[in-house]
Amino acid sequence: MGEKFEVVGHNERKVDGTALVQGKPVFVADLPERAGTLHLALKTSPHPHARIRAIDTSAAEALDGVALVMTHENTPDRPYTTAGQGYPEPSPYDTRMFSPKVRFIGDRVAAVAADTLETARAALDLIHVEYEVLEPVLSIDEALADGAPLVHDEPLSDAWQADRNIAAYSEAVAGDVEAGLASADASVDVTVETHYGQHAPIEPHVVSSYLDEHDRLVLVSSTQVPFHARRIIGYLLDVPVHRIRVIKPRIGGGFGVKQEVLLEDLLALTTLRTGRPASMIYTREQEFYASRTRHPMRVRMRLGADADGTIQAIDMDVISNTGAYGTHSLTVLSNVGSKTLPMYNLAPNIRFIGRAVYTNLPVAGAYRGYGATQGQYAMEVAIDQLAGKLGMDPLEVRSKNHIREGGTSPIFRELGEGREGVEQTIGSCELPACIELGAERIGWANKRGQRRREGSWVYGVGMSIHMQGSGIPLIDMAAASIKLNDDGSINLAVGATDLGTGSDTVLGQIAAEVIGIPLAKVIVTSSDTDLTPFDTGAYASSTTYVSGTAVRKAADEVRGQLVAAAAEMLDADPAELEVADEQITAPDGRSVTLEKIALRSLYGANQHQIAATASSVPEVSPPPFIASFAEVAVDTDTGHIHVLDYVVAADCGTAVHPRLAEGQVEGAVANGIGYALSEDLAIDDRGRARGVDFGRYKIPVTLDLPMIETVLVDSYDPTGPMGAKSIAEIGINAPLPTIANAVHDATGIWLTQSPYTAERVWRALREEGIDASEV
Amino acid sequence: MRLSFTLNGGSVETDVAPGATLMELLRGLGAVSVKDGCARGDCGSCAVLLDGRAVTACLLFAGQVEGLRITTAEGLADEVGLHPLQQALLEAGGVQCGFCTPGILMAAADLLEREPEPTEAQVRVGLAGNLCRCTGYVKIVEAVQDAAAMMASATPVAEGEEVGHG
Ligand code: FES
Ligand code: FES
Repeated sequence: MGEKFEVVGHNERKVDGTALVQGKPVFVADLPERAGTLHLALKTSPHPHARIRAIDTSAAEALDGVALVMTHENTPDRPYTTAGQGYPEPSPYDTRMFSPKVRFIGDRVAAVAADTLETARAALDLIHVEYEVLEPVLSIDEALADGAPLVHDEPLSDAWQADRNIAAYSEAVAGDVEAGLASADASVDVTVETHYGQHAPIEPHVVSSYLDEHDRLVLVSSTQVPFHARRIIGYLLDVPVHRIRVIKPRIGGGFGVKQEVLLEDLLALTTLRTGRPASMIYTREQEFYASRTRHPMRVRMRLGADADGTIQAIDMDVISNTGAYGTHSLTVLSNVGSKTLPMYNLAPNIRFIGRAVYTNLPVAGAYRGYGATQGQYAMEVAIDQLAGKLGMDPLEVRSKNHIREGGTSPIFRELGEGREGVEQTIGSCELPACIELGAERIGWANKRGQRRREGSWVYGVGMSIHMQGSGIPLIDMAAASIKLNDDGSINLAVGATDLGTGSDTVLGQIAAEVIGIPLAKVIVTSSDTDLTPFDTGAYASSTTYVSGTAVRKAADEVRGQLVAAAAEMLDADPAELEVADEQITAPDGRSVTLEKIALRSLYGANQHQIAATASSVPEVSPPPFIASFAEVAVDTDTGHIHVLDYVVAADCGTAVHPRLAEGQVEGAVANGIGYALSEDLAIDDRGRARGVDFGRYKIPVTLDLPMIETVLVDSYDPTGPMGAKSIAEIGINAPLPTIANAVHDATGIWLTQSPYTAERVWRALREEGIDASEV
Repeated sequence: MRLSFTLNGGSVETDVAPGATLMELLRGLGAVSVKDGCARGDCGSCAVLLDGRAVTACLLFAGQVEGLRITTAEGLADEVGLHPLQQALLEAGGVQCGFCTPGILMAAADLLEREPEPTEAQVRVGLAGNLCRCTGYVKIVEAVQDAAAMMASATPVAEGEEVGHG
């Protein structure tokens, strides 16, 4: 603690910011189109569940300008997963490029590559498909019913029980939960249900492809996982990895949806078959119904506590709807427990059982929060209910039970990402400060329990506390390379993927700090499988912590080489040299600049490239923590919820770039408020997503949100680079329970089903016998 | 169809297919700051200034701009440097992925033209047509107010008093 930093901890200018505010061509779709580019369009299934009896593409193929029509009849029949995860992926290989059986409205039927997009779209209409319509599975309950139709009736060995529509199963047990519940002085039993939400990055999925001058396949993709994309495409299309290059330019947001290898296969096959460049952009509608979503879940939470509020037993039963394919089904499921249960680690009796089921509904996948969102909703509402039963302040119940520095939980070991987890002891936890600061700022003491009324509006405050992780221990791997240039600047090459979070800036700051140079002297290159070293990718809140550690290690090595060279030049003891301000100084005041060292090492004596590559494989995943507080007003006339004030106090360890860290919290909370109140794919009773444009899928606009305030508390994690932990995901978990708890404070109703639409709230108010006339 | 208009201060004469949108036309001319986020008027990422007023380029036909003056994010900076709005967005941390940024700049430029010292509420109304999925808008709203302050202090006092509204 107490380390002083020159670059880290400062609000440096974002390294890509100047280009972005000028609208420079930095996104995939902005890059100049290559001559002869083919444009792809996709035909998707109108049925939730059907077998393709026959498909006739002859008319489409005959259309002038059409170069290729792809269906299950002429593409590789190789099972794989679209999940951009480490190898071997913990997701079932239940997907094919094109399948003779379609499993949701939006599933791939055919793709056309043509000279123009208009021609490609026209050709889609000429493809004749004969379907044998099958009975669909349109809910969790239908999936688990006896004799339910099977979403996957093909041989499928790595799903949990495909013959019962169960894609994945996960469990963990410590102590005796039934005995703990039976002997509790107070207990609660609450079930929450969450709905289909979508990431809605403003830039949809977009990929272009071409063969380079050596006939290697190049994919330029808005991906969070360029190295996984390369590996998966190589496997799927039987192309050696060394024949593929994946380039990630700037990305217009991802939030997990670009952790999928969703379009690359179509582009790659088109270019390999035709030799021509190709490009494809999902339409906004396709982005909604045919990409990935948040797993809808039903989570039952039972808690038992002593009369003094000490939690003795936690029982968590989860059913997750993974949709038609099991991408991320197991890992999101286990995360529901592993990111929720350790928070209340005093409880000796814990049980977690989770099942992920297949349905003929849109496919769920990785989405910021990654299961923690659903699990912590159930937990944090249950904690408020428990506080009510005990007659205690919810703050007090949480303060009494939450995990602390030096604490651990058996869940860390029991529940990993699709396999056993890793034991860890918490090295930093400033939750007490977060709770105190947040409560003070929202005015908890004065506002809680007041049920203030104004006309038909009632007011309340609510809160919840949250944790996430920082990367996946013993699975994630990141590498960074640094080399010194003539003028004392450095190139920093990282496989880490900046998807808009600012990670290029944060990683550049870490390198600059160690080497003693300003950020302006760091040239950051991120994510080109030919040019940058490996990184598992931007997911699981890994970049600052895992990739940042790789950068710190590489920078340490370069710093060592600089010091060695300076020691030669100054004829001094390396141990006594000081590195700062672009120079290295001896105790007697003599110094050499990094530029001089660079020139000497490149052109003068003892010539060599000062450079290093280092890797990081984390052994632990230190959780960031937040305390989230909101004040809401509920209109008892209409059921409308207005979020008046929102405060998050966060412990992310050292904030490498405080303003970017605040921005991560604010963006995540905004997304969470949207999910809680208005965003809904709105699946109809035929299994069709209705909320497929921004008119109907309502993400928050400026008018829907208060000035979300982020307070970063002082913290330092001993294992993180310069003390840093993650911050990007955690905030999205907060609004569901914080708003539900605030609405309860205002009205006495419990919101256990999302989204909290005005109609749903209105009905709940009427059921409680609360209406405007009461005011 | 032959079309002529002014784009970021330069005159443009070009052929355009009937039915082409202004967004398609501008992107085709290399003004790729005009982003396609929805192609149906919902997201504001394609916003441009048409004779100084922010409009969504995906909803206009190219033919509608004959003889008019168009500014895109590419044309916001001048020889002296970045526009105060661009600077303020950078400083405040209002840029994350940056995909919405050009559209936000256009809407904000229009707003500051009409309302040089907007309140937070006025900024929120002015940007209500622009979706940003990354920031939660906090730092964008702050940046617009910062830019307004920057522009006000750059205006000579005497002149400011004369043209001030009051
Ligand atoms: S692209 Fe024009 S408003 Fe979305
Ligand atoms: S910064 Fe990414 S959408 Fe606004």
